[in-house]
Amino acid sequence: MLGEKVLMKGNEAIGEAAIRAGCQLYFAYPITPQSELPQYLARRMPEEGRVFLQAESEIAAINMVYGAAGTGARVMTSSSSPGISLKQEGISYIAGAELPCVIVNIVRGGPGLGGIQPAQSDYFQATKGGGHGDYRLIVLAPASVQEMVDLTILAFDLADQYRNPVMILGDGVLGQMMEPVEFKDFEPVKIPKPWATTGRKGREKNIINSLYLDPTKLEEHNWHLQAKYREIAEKEVRYDTYRSEDAEVLVVAYGITARIARTAVDMARAQGIAAGLLRPITLFPFPTEAIAQAAEGAKALLTVELSAGQMVEDVRLAVNGKRPVYFYGRTGGMMPTPEEICREIVKVAGKEVAE
Amino acid sequence: MKVVFERPRALSDVTTHYCPGCTHGIIHRLVAEVIDELGILERTIGVAPVGCAVLAYNYLECDWQQAAHGRAPAVATGIKRALPDRVVFTYQGDGDLASIGTAEIVHAANRGERITVIYVNNAIYGMTGGQMAPTTLEGQVTATSPRGRDIKQAGHPMRMAEMLATLPGVSYLARVAVNKPANIMKAKKAIKQAFMVQIDDLGFGMVEILSTCPTNWGLQPAKAMEWVDEKMIPYYPLGEFKVPGEVK
Ligand SMILES: Cc1ncc(C[n+]2csc(CCOP(=O)(O)OP(=O)(O)O)c2C)c(N)n1
Ligand code: SF4
Repeated sequence: MLGEKVLMKGNEAIGEAAIRAGCQLYFAYPITPQSELPQYLARRMPEEGRVFLQAESEIAAINMVYGAAGTGARVMTSSSSPGISLKQEGISYIAGAELPCVIVNIVRGGPGLGGIQPAQSDYFQATKGGGHGDYRLIVLAPASVQEMVDLTILAFDLADQYRNPVMILGDGVLGQMMEPVEFKDFEPVKIPKPWATTGRKGREKNIINSLYLDPTKLEEHNWHLQAKYREIAEKEVRYDTYRSEDAEVLVVAYGITARIARTAVDMARAQGIAAGLLRPITLFPFPTEAIAQAAEGAKALLTVELSAGQMVEDVRLAVNGKRPVYFYGRTGGMMPTPEEICREIVKVAGKEVAE
Repeated sequence: MKVVFERPRALSDVTTHYCPGCTHGIIHRLVAEVIDELGILERTIGVAPVGCAVLAYNYLECDWQQAAHGRAPAVATGIKRALPDRVVFTYQGDGDLASIGTAEIVHAANRGERITVIYVNNAIYGMTGGQMAPTTLEGQVTATSPRGRDIKQAGHPMRMAEMLATLPGVSYLARVAVNKPANIMKAKKAIKQAFMVQIDDLGFGMVEILSTCPTNWGLQPAKAMEWVDEKMIPYYPLGEFKVPGEVK
């Protein structure tokens, strides 16, 4: 299916993209709304002579990822919110030991067992840590099935390049939705991994580890990690804009919400309101600079999320009090309509945009 | 001059952090001797989870991955599935394997994962200062069972070897002790066998090793060795619970 467009569900598209990116092993435990992904890979990975293993739990799955990533192989796991919570210990160890891997979270509503409908309420968990310690994931937020493919391929490269876990933060709509996608021909990036534990033949022994009992060493390790996160923040910010150049009301939204907000922007424009959209593609690193700059020209910002208000905190930090930042959110699996978001844009414009 | 005794190649030339009289050191040496004898040092990867032996990666000369508490069998699974022709072993305590990591050990064993598990049962949590473990004997005083383990309140000491031996994926399973020379010889044989079943692709291999923790048992090292005979072995009988080819 090279070069041609095929119709695929988001979850399956991630699976196929992982295979194209050279993912050698996949470990996971079933959970809605991402089960199409393990089901797809249960069939495809053995076809390619690669490893699919259904683990006994998400805890086991993420630790299998740790072990396999430590050998230098490209490896992935996926889950949805409650399962991602269980993985947090392992993710912290993976970040501490600087192992490259890809973790997919097809987010559903919480807290607790919550529901199985789409949500964006794991933003804090994904971008601020989630597990213990000072660490960051690279977090990529696709807004279409094609982007699920492209960002999955990018995720494996970034993981290897920075020796860092990368999370793909999707939602139930993107996971279940069918759209045409194209798989372009490419060679997966090959980054040498001299640190991998493959048996010490011909070299000194390697140790994959996150333990530093000496506080001076642990602090040193932490400063090293922080320097890496700063480099990622400098080089890897990605975002998209739509009609934002002259926007007086700038909507900030990611993932599926950004798709709905885009229609809302057009509707507001039709009513004579200069609305625009900024869509973060990387949630960490967050497009802080881009938002700060866009805010200069705008009168106000409106953040829209499928949560009670999480990314809005980062938008406020970016704007740093220079402009009012409004929030509109739906939770629990409820989706805003374009009309709903347009109404919010009109409201904000009424308050902040003087005639 | 003829060398009659030397450090195994697989054993690092360093001083360990183990307490005087602790048998973790003996077990390390046995594992190192087996690795040497099988000639597998350059293709072996160890997994050291949390516990007193977390620093084992400093004491054996193979590649290592340090793992979270209880998760070593899952980490080892990831390594082995990525590199099926390497030799992978875990070195786990009883808190690690029999408490927080029960799910991981049961399922790795049940999958017949081609890994070797060195399970060090000292009937207590050593590293955290002597709290009760699932293996702590009835009546045994620990920091969290100050009046002795009450089985009505805390349940029974767990016999992991017997339990895991019921799983078809297990190829070799034995319980040994390292409190006297005769037992140490048998322990080494069992460890070798547990590596052999992995190398021969027969299934999951594990050795439960009754070990001492003089520090947290509050006993002199020599007394601790006796305590293994007097208290532990009667409840945790030594022997082979599963050998290759056996159908249970
Ligand atoms: C998730 C987690 N919980 C608790 C601990 C604290 N902890 C470290 S070692 C240990 C017990 C180790 O006992 P055991 O496995 O029997 O090994 P030993 O130290 O006796 O050799 C505990 C509870 C931890 N490191 N991680
Ligand atoms: S605390 Fe116990 S198990 Fe740990 S090193 Fe000391 S004697 Fe050995």
